[in-house]
Amino acid sequence: MASGARFSTPTDLVDAALAGDRLALARVLTAVENRTPVAEAALRRLYPMAGKAHLVGITGPPGSGKSTLVAALIGAVRAAGRPVAVIAVDPSSPITGGALLGDRVRMQAHTADREVFIRSMAARGHAGGLASTSTAAAAVLDAVGFDLILLETVGTGQSEVEVAAAADTTVVLEAPEMGDEVQAIKAGLLEVADIVVVNKGDRPGAQRTASQLRAMLVAVGRVGVRATGHARPAPAGEAQSERPRPKEPQVLVTTATTGAGIPDLLGALDRHRARGREADDSPARLARAEAQVWAILGDRIRADLHDSANRTATEATIREVAAHRLDPFAAADRLLARLR
Amino acid sequence: MPDRPLKVLIAKPGLDGHDRGAKVLARGLRDEGFEVVYTGLRQTPDMVATAALQEDVDVVGLSILSGAHMTLVPKVTAKLREAGMDDVLVVVGGIIPDDDVAALKEAGVAETFGPGTTIAEVAEFLRANARQRV
Repeated sequence: MASGARFSTPTDLVDAALAGDRLALARVLTAVENRTPVAEAALRRLYPMAGKAHLVGITGPPGSGKSTLVAALIGAVRAAGRPVAVIAVDPSSPITGGALLGDRVRMQAHTADREVFIRSMAARGHAGGLASTSTAAAAVLDAVGFDLILLETVGTGQSEVEVAAAADTTVVLEAPEMGDEVQAIKAGLLEVADIVVVNKGDRPGAQRTASQLRAMLVAVGRVGVRATGHARPAPAGEAQSERPRPKEPQVLVTTATTGAGIPDLLGALDRHRARGREADDSPARLARAEAQVWAILGDRIRADLHDSANRTATEATIREVAAHRLDPFAAADRLLARLR
Repeated sequence: MPDRPLKVLIAKPGLDGHDRGAKVLARGLRDEGFEVVYTGLRQTPDMVATAALQEDVDVVGLSILSGAHMTLVPKVTAKLREAGMDDVLVVVGGIIPDDDVAALKEAGVAETFGPGTTIAEVAEFLRANARQRV
């Protein structure tokens, strides 16, 4: 019989997680989420084994159907016999730090399936739509063998685009009649979509919303665009500019509650994965790697500046800034100098 | 390192469809600073134990108003033990006759909370009794 107490060392815990023990996996994820010393030991071991899974970000406004879509995707993926993991993020209260994690409610059909692992995470004050530890949690699930990982963000507004760096493929959900064409051409969330899904496809206006999005999301900057909104191929030999280009997302219509459109979405995900697969230096992977290293650097610098040798000086410097006797740039320079 | 919020699963096993109380408690515990996973209605003991394991919660709160607690609760606690979640605090809320409380505690329930319990009382109990983890 399994018991939570039997993982006496981080090595035991990670070994068990790698051997398929779901309790050990859950406990590694808790360590990662709480950024304990066990998490560092576990991630150092697991990170080299990760990098094989397809990380799919699912984002969109509150109530657009992200969790229901995730549940429908789980069903389709399981029907194909593939294991799948989900990280579902909900917001933390800025006042109490508490959170209501309700995404599992939509995913009930799959809770008894061993090849489905669903983990809710509170954002814990992190503002980009994910928790600060979501990427590390995904690496753990990747390392233990989940080949598809769905990262569901908090309900997003227009600019929580962090998921695009965390995921290989970003799916942005829209509900029908959420806005006109001007909404579709605003900068932000829609720009990072690899696939745009108009969910609640059984509602009036779903197809019209999809065609508006298709017309407006064509990457105007690349090539001439005809009045119809369809892209014309670039003339042969035209110099490719180095400016970052907007993506040209595919626009699909789904009804997650009935499963309509879900096989098409899964097909689109697999095709997008196949296209991006070869590249260890793909923009998404580099961005993800950079974000992780920066976050750890930040943690390390903060920890060093609060250790016994530096704590007093750090606190004194911050007090000087608070009193406006020192500007924050000079303070940062002074503290950095202490680390060298 | 900041204080880690306690993570609580609020589950409604069985067939009664009355989840207002569970939702009020979930919301109330959120306001008390807990991270609350709410799983919705009509859970089997297996589903509750699996959710508790995957979420690695500190507390499992079962809401039962149907009178089926003597059947359902021991099944949930058995499933939790089987899953290795023997260090999880299990509490039950709902309509639980006084005569049943001893048997439920025998089955592994730490406390039962009946009508009239305040959110603050529940929160205080959970903080005082949930496992301490590093």
